Amino acid sequence: MLSMIVKRALIAVPSLIGVVIVTFLLTRALPGDPAAYFAGPAATKEAIDQIRVKLGLDQPLIVQFGRYVKDLAKGDLGSSLTTGQPVGQEIRTRLPASAELTLLGLTVSMLIAVPLGIAAATHPGSLIDHACRVVATAGVSLPVFFTGLILVYVFYYLLGWAPAPLGRLDVFLSPPPFVTGFYLLDSLFAGDLALFWAALKQLILPALTLGIFSLAPIARMTRASMLAVLASDFVRTARASGLTPYTIIVTYAFRNAMIPVVTTLGMVFSFLLGANVLVEKVFAWPGIGSFAVDALIASDFAPLQGFVLTMAVMYTALNLIIDILYGLIDPRVRLEA
Amino acid sequence: MSDIVAGGHSPGSISALYRHARYVIGENKVTGFAFGMFLLIVLAAVLGPLVVPYDPLASDTTAALKPPSGSHWFGTDQLGRDVFSRVVVATRLDFFIAVASVALVFLMGGLAGVAAGFFGGWTDRIVGRIADTIMAFPLFVLAMGIVAALGNTVQNIIIATAIVNFPLYARVARAEANVRREAGFVQAARLSGNSEFRIVLGQVLPNIMPIMIVQMSLTMGYAILNAAGLSFIGLGVRPPTAEWGIMVAEGSAFMVSGEWWIAFFPGLALMVAVFCFNLLGDGLRDIVDPQRRT
Repeated sequence: MLSMIVKRALIAVPSLIGVVIVTFLLTRALPGDPAAYFAGPAATKEAIDQIRVKLGLDQPLIVQFGRYVKDLAKGDLGSSLTTGQPVGQEIRTRLPASAELTLLGLTVSMLIAVPLGIAAATHPGSLIDHACRVVATAGVSLPVFFTGLILVYVFYYLLGWAPAPLGRLDVFLSPPPFVTGFYLLDSLFAGDLALFWAALKQLILPALTLGIFSLAPIARMTRASMLAVLASDFVRTARASGLTPYTIIVTYAFRNAMIPVVTTLGMVFSFLLGANVLVEKVFAWPGIGSFAVDALIASDFAPLQGFVLTMAVMYTALNLIIDILYGLIDPRVRLEA
Repeated sequence: MSDIVAGGHSPGSISALYRHARYVIGENKVTGFAFGMFLLIVLAAVLGPLVVPYDPLASDTTAALKPPSGSHWFGTDQLGRDVFSRVVVATRLDFFIAVASVALVFLMGGLAGVAAGFFGGWTDRIVGRIADTIMAFPLFVLAMGIVAALGNTVQNIIIATAIVNFPLYARVARAEANVRREAGFVQAARLSGNSEFRIVLGQVLPNIMPIMIVQMSLTMGYAILNAAGLSFIGLGVRPPTAEWGIMVAEGSAFMVSGEWWIAFFPGLALMVAVFCFNLLGDGLRDIVDPQRRT
């Protein structure tokens, strides 16, 4: 098992190298003079020259790359032009907001999609099967920012159930003491149920938006793999042995059907991390996505570069975790490794 | 092996394909409907600016923020521009971005994938490595980075959308070209003295075209969503240009104060277009590759 994990981790290394090279090259691809770009539109010629030397842009490309990697190793992602703050620090403080939102969104969608897919597979041709198909096709067609706005209109403006889509907490409340950075958990640790409730109210709509967005691939995959498993020999044997449908579906079929679903999670995460940026913009969520969007609008490149790198590293790490989980669920993968 | 032989050109295959297509469209009402919607979108893209009742850029502050009515079917926005006219006119730009990026990725990914699958060896390794590197990024995030780095223009949105779709095309083309490497028609062409390069372009590529076309129609929807998402966060298209993503972004501020129509109709148009492309892609796949039908 351990050797499988190590082997799989080694496979991630070339991906990471590729990611670092690409994010480096993105800076070099800046139109015109990168020094002028980093200096901002109002910079004087001396300031630009100063920045050129400071960034090492007068050096050969390979030296610049070495310098970039060395800074990265120290966790230095450069500084934002507009705020002057180190990008790495800003991303670290904002990351929990994005992670809390994304994970809750994924949980919501798993809680709906997996039972829906199983119900569709166990009752083929029924109303719920058709509902599953409609959800799967409509779900991939919904622009995530549009879903978010519709939810805001219905639940905030029309019904008044949800709070205004303005960040993680009402402006009159102060966040719980920092433990994990997840407001839901931190408020529970602090024993403040009112604060937990307030944080949850802010979270529901954006998490639901992300959930609806990732519903389709998970439901489709659960249905397909459950259908395949239900048609297999061991399920037939279990049926012939007189086990109850519940035991067959929950104990035997479900575990086997989840294997391909876990694999799809990698793809789902790719979409979720991207959709996160759009959802954060709609709900004014103070995560790394809105940080990147603000940087984009201000033509501030260092934060954006740090953001792309962080996202890619997280995504590679997630894929690694998914593959290891896959080995835990399916012993055959371990044997092959 | 039999499906490879069936994929080759034979005099009857075109009319057989046509008959099969008519059968699938007749059989599957949804595909027929999607095809009708597709024609409507193309029509709006071509004729849109000629038939809309108002100038999409003309503002009229006396008629600002009016809800949908007989004279303004989709209402007016904060500058009094007619939302209906803007939605229809935007079709051309959104459709163009999707078609251009899909065509571009077909050229890049399709050709690279065919070469990788047919030649194998170093070509295969290099193409595979490029695809893996792109896949190591969350795709939308990479597209943001590319547009920000190359410059904030529509052209770069097209390039970025094409690049993030590259692995998908390269993989499909590679797999399809790989199984045809030693197919009968390839060996025949080789024996007749064709160069390898000529075989790739003249024999292998035309034979994998049906599958690539399905791939293109399946990714059209994603291409539109990707482009609209980028313009929603302020990349690429600039105001006052009419484009669905940016119109939703402009209308989003009014959603909380109840003027829903400004963001709703462009969002709806976007959704319908993507839905139509996805249905059409599924239908086309049924025609070209009936075995993969779900």
